[in-house]
Amino acid sequence: MSLLQVKNLRVEFPTRRGTLVALDDVSFEIAPGEVLGVVGESGAGKSMTGAAIIGLLEPPGRIASGQVLLEGRRIDNLPYEKMRRIRGREIGAIFQDPLTTLNPLYTIGRQLVETITTHLPVGPGEAREKAIGWLELVGIPAARERIDSYPHEFSGGMRQRVVIALALCAEPKLIVADEPTTALDVSIQAQVIAMLKTLAREKGTAMMLVTHDMGVIAETADRVAVMYAGRISEIGPVRELVRHARHPYSQGLMGSIPPLDRRVERLTQIDGAMPRLSAIPRGCAFNPRCPKVFDRCLVERPELLDAGTTRASCWLYAEGGAA
Amino acid sequence: MFSFIVSRILQALPVMFVVSLISFAMFAYVGDPVAIMLGQDFTEAQRAALVRDLGLDEPFFVQFAKFIGNAVQGEFGLSYRLSRPVAELIAERAPATLELALCAAFISLCVGVPMGIYTGLFRHSWLSRFLLTFSLIGVSLPTFLIGILLILVFSVWLGWLPSFGRGDVVRIGWWSSGFLTVSGLKALILPAITLGLLQLTLIMRLVRSEMMEVLRTDYIKFARARGLPNRAIYFGHALKNTLVPVITIAGLQLGSIIAFAIVTETVFQWPGMGLLFIQSVGAADIPVMAAYLMMIAAVFVTINLVVDLLYYAVDPRLRVGRGRGH
Repeated sequence: MSLLQVKNLRVEFPTRRGTLVALDDVSFEIAPGEVLGVVGESGAGKSMTGAAIIGLLEPPGRIASGQVLLEGRRIDNLPYEKMRRIRGREIGAIFQDPLTTLNPLYTIGRQLVETITTHLPVGPGEAREKAIGWLELVGIPAARERIDSYPHEFSGGMRQRVVIALALCAEPKLIVADEPTTALDVSIQAQVIAMLKTLAREKGTAMMLVTHDMGVIAETADRVAVMYAGRISEIGPVRELVRHARHPYSQGLMGSIPPLDRRVERLTQIDGAMPRLSAIPRGCAFNPRCPKVFDRCLVERPELLDAGTTRASCWLYAEGGAA
Repeated sequence: MFSFIVSRILQALPVMFVVSLISFAMFAYVGDPVAIMLGQDFTEAQRAALVRDLGLDEPFFVQFAKFIGNAVQGEFGLSYRLSRPVAELIAERAPATLELALCAAFISLCVGVPMGIYTGLFRHSWLSRFLLTFSLIGVSLPTFLIGILLILVFSVWLGWLPSFGRGDVVRIGWWSSGFLTVSGLKALILPAITLGLLQLTLIMRLVRSEMMEVLRTDYIKFARARGLPNRAIYFGHALKNTLVPVITIAGLQLGSIIAFAIVTETVFQWPGMGLLFIQSVGAADIPVMAAYLMMIAAVFVTINLVVDLLYYAVDPRLRVGRGRGH
């Protein structure tokens, strides 16, 4: 059974000028221990999906329809207090900027101990030992001495390691990592991702890895979902998607990664920009930028359709489509 | 830490000097104490003798130098009006003002901070709206009007509380306290509310806006994402981060509560330093006025020092010598 199932998730933002649909009909599953990469441009709804799963959508955003199931139980409609017990304990979260995600006035030890004792039946002394263990696991040197340091006494990369320790310390089954390395130096990014990947594998933790770095996805993820304008445009095994993307948008996205093994004169680029949420075109949201657009794309919005080894929301793969 | 305190005290010395110069200069040119002390009938010889006695015939800077020289030894001369040592007068009046100011500060913090937290957390509840409207009234009504209204309602109409004075006091050494008698405590209520109301509303609004600011930060979001209970998030993580600005303002407010008790003390005929000051202004009693201003300056300097020390206690980023970021 899947660990996490997201079914037809729709997130709306009521505004004065009408309702904005931030996520529309998003469905995917994550198996235990699996790493699902989520890619897309800024504003495509990647982070929003993560926030909806952990139940921390910024008001006035709300889940309008659809379901989120963790091990078969619905969690999208739980009261705050029940959902709180799931956050951290069953679904951990890592945010983008390690410089702002740690409380500057508490020692990292206190923040770790607080999290551990909230979720696990251990006393403060045992929690502290566990905290030191986690700091060692995420690669903080001299963890026993540094546990009583404050966040500002660590570098950015070290702080993100602390954040990862905090997200993992109650041993959740799923981690939602929202661009965990974007704010770090390039040289540190690879280390942190490698550490995260190793830890997730050792602990059997599944991961939803939101990023716009295709290199990270290719290296870390088992499957990948491409998002565009609040929908999933294609989802499938990472190898297939990187090499044989089916959706014209994913093809454009993959074409914009410079290949190292051969010379190319120009990288592919996708003309235009993603539409704003208030101005999503009729039919397929990608139709104004799509090189293969045809009549049906302008009027009807495609569902995820089988496209060989991946699933793509594109009419090219409908029976009796243009192909 | 010790060198920090010493350097702050050294910095405070020029401040105190300038305050004393300004206050002394100002009062040397306002009003004529001699005319007031002599009354209607006097001869020119009496006048000249008094001027010489008071040392007012000497040049301004000689007068000022004498004043400073004495002030350093805690000696502020004799009050022109009451012919008693100023230091003694102030020491006699200080307990009344300090007890009143402490009560007012206590009320404004103990009520203002929780109200600020509540209105920051539950922005749209009807109670928050009510408290905000109420705080607007507190900010905009002048202190004397609030005092008079309170007297009207609780003393005149209801007859529950005394409208003036300090009630019975108990002497403990040189300190006279109204805390230990029922009438003393009853007399304290109305003036303390009057004096504290403005600060209360300021602190409430400050805590509210800081709370709303902090609740939007990433570390609060991350604390939620770790499943910490709301109590820990609001009263631990969020509240502690609002403390630095709140301490700053609350400290300065305590200073101004002591300094601006003048209006409240006048309305309630509270026998404190503010009332002494107002009476001294009426009589151009320069030694008392100068000493009072010096004392208020000293209070502000001390409070600022304490506020700076509290920053260090609250915010680890300010503690020097421990930063090892690599």
